[in-house]
Amino acid sequence: MDVLYSVLVDPFVQMAEMPDFLLQVLWEGFVAGVLYALIALGFVLIYKASGVFNFAQGIMVVFAGLTLVGLHEKGVPAYLALILTIGVMGLLALAVERFVMRPLVNQPDIILLMSTIGLTYFLVGFGEFVFGGEPKQMITEELGLPTGSSAFEIGDGGLLILQHIDIAAAVIALIMVGVLAVFFNKTRIGRALRAVADDHQAALSVGISLNQIWAIVWFAAGIVALTTGIMWGARSDVSFALEIIAFKALPVLILGGFTSIPGAIVGGLIIGVGEKIGEIYWGPLVGGGIESWLAYMIALIFLLFRPQGLFGERIIERV
Amino acid sequence: MLYRESGQYKTSYIADQAIFPIREDRIGMAIIGAIALAIPFFASDFFLNAIMTPFLILALAAIGLNILTGYAGQLSLGSGAFMGVGAYSCYKLTSIFPDVNIIILVMISGLFSAGIGVIFGLPSLRIKGLYLAVTTLAAQFFLEWCFIRIPWLYNYNASGAIEVPERRGFGDIILTGPSAPAMTQYFVVLGIVVVVTLAVKNIVRGRIGRQWMMIRDMDIAAELMGVRPLTAKLSAFAVSSYLCGVAGAMFIFFYLGAAEPSAFSITLSFQILFMVILGGLGSLVGSFFGAAFIWGLPIVLRAGFPALGIGIGAETVFHIATMIVGALIIVFLIVEPHGLARLWSLGKEKLRVWPFPYG
Repeated sequence: MDVLYSVLVDPFVQMAEMPDFLLQVLWEGFVAGVLYALIALGFVLIYKASGVFNFAQGIMVVFAGLTLVGLHEKGVPAYLALILTIGVMGLLALAVERFVMRPLVNQPDIILLMSTIGLTYFLVGFGEFVFGGEPKQMITEELGLPTGSSAFEIGDGGLLILQHIDIAAAVIALIMVGVLAVFFNKTRIGRALRAVADDHQAALSVGISLNQIWAIVWFAAGIVALTTGIMWGARSDVSFALEIIAFKALPVLILGGFTSIPGAIVGGLIIGVGEKIGEIYWGPLVGGGIESWLAYMIALIFLLFRPQGLFGERIIERV
Repeated sequence: MLYRESGQYKTSYIADQAIFPIREDRIGMAIIGAIALAIPFFASDFFLNAIMTPFLILALAAIGLNILTGYAGQLSLGSGAFMGVGAYSCYKLTSIFPDVNIIILVMISGLFSAGIGVIFGLPSLRIKGLYLAVTTLAAQFFLEWCFIRIPWLYNYNASGAIEVPERRGFGDIILTGPSAPAMTQYFVVLGIVVVVTLAVKNIVRGRIGRQWMMIRDMDIAAELMGVRPLTAKLSAFAVSSYLCGVAGAMFIFFYLGAAEPSAFSITLSFQILFMVILGGLGSLVGSFFGAAFIWGLPIVLRAGFPALGIGIGAETVFHIATMIVGALIIVFLIVEPHGLARLWSLGKEKLRVWPFPYG
């Protein structure tokens, strides 16, 4: 009975007793979810346009952040460093398209997946070679991002503390999703992208250049990675440990479905909030630290009921 | 004229079903076996300890993953954690039964890994492809968490790591522990790997293995033809995890000597996946090639830079080695997506018609 009580009743009692703390936890989860969603967004962009499951998105986040900070350390002004980093991500996109994607066109999924893991190794080695392996401080203030926090009083004596950078992250993520939605639905390139996603051969036959589209899409994913890198770097610091966090984007993708941008956002929020709530209220029962796997378990349970994810297209199998 | 099967008639069913039906293959295997037995008498302890033993162990782990991914078509990213299950259960077993021969315990510890593999294989009945790969990540991170958070697993050590105790067997030979000679450990590992590989070879060319391949090629069609997906998929998970578990137990007991939970992290899972892909999906010999390549390449690179007289720091060499490994993996996938095993069989084809260009 005690076990049942502490699992089924006690956490909710705690939630009801301290609503301000619950709100704080929800907010933390929301912000983490936004950042997961940003990483997942990079995955979705590339998966939609080329069917490639890009494992390197996590390391691209680190790489973009490191380039930005590294350039600033060399004495480049912050905004110029930002522009230069965007240029570097563009070059990276061109290189990936030319040397990885183009020779591997039409290969099975698993080979493409492996090639992006190879790319991950390459970028890890390259990043460490150029910038060193130590964690770096993100140049938050130099980029004009807000720091500090505000506290709100809730009810009688409760406190809710919001970091300004978190609010900025949420707003920027929202803007980013909006821009991407417009880009996908309204522009000529966006339509071409969707055409490529539907059918490579048909797209080719109406005169859409696959190579060009892929370079653009990797560049867009690079921009998303840079944004994620700045936001995440501002919360902790820029280091290769971020790569593990990028794995969290995978359950997010599973929940949202690999092809859905709104799915990535909703999935990110479910995972972010679910993980924090689970860690705070249920984690102590088993010794804490369950954050490292809870996300995957949530995804696993969702998948058992909906194998194609929440927003994924229905899988129809033909023999 | 070196490698030709013409004139070798099979006169009995036994000869027809042999693992190596061609005489030249048997000669080749005998030569490889002789070399494997002779290596310790010529090589240094470092070569045995740091290259040959881990290579054999990782090859076995790669075979394990190859069963699941290459033969049964279920992509898994959790093989490192299953190795960990084998290692920790072997550690617990030898703590509880210190007098039982460690080799028997290594073989038994795979069973625990197999049991956990079956549990985590259950979702594969509903979930497929990349989605399944992500659910195996759940196994990876959950098991890693168990290794850290359940102190019973590491006998409540203050360090949280497991240290291999000294164990003797076969009379009074030291098999494990810090003072075990490299040569003994190499022979033990070689023996286990050879026996298990032969067993696996017989499984994959038998009824069960053919069922796995049917499931891989098209699971719905296989089901319609009378293969039960439940037994086929779960048996693949069981055999695969068993092999990974045995490999993991050997990895700790005969190679590392002590291990923290981070030894079985996602990095190890990826390394094994690379071995399988570069070696060739659905090929046992490819697993050995892949293991040799992935394990040997960084060592060669790290030794190569100083040998060439390029004076750079050890850390830089490590970074450059990572970079080159990544780049080579991509190059390899572009040049030969079917892996080293394909190159091997192409070579054999060429040998068969040699010295003529066409056969």
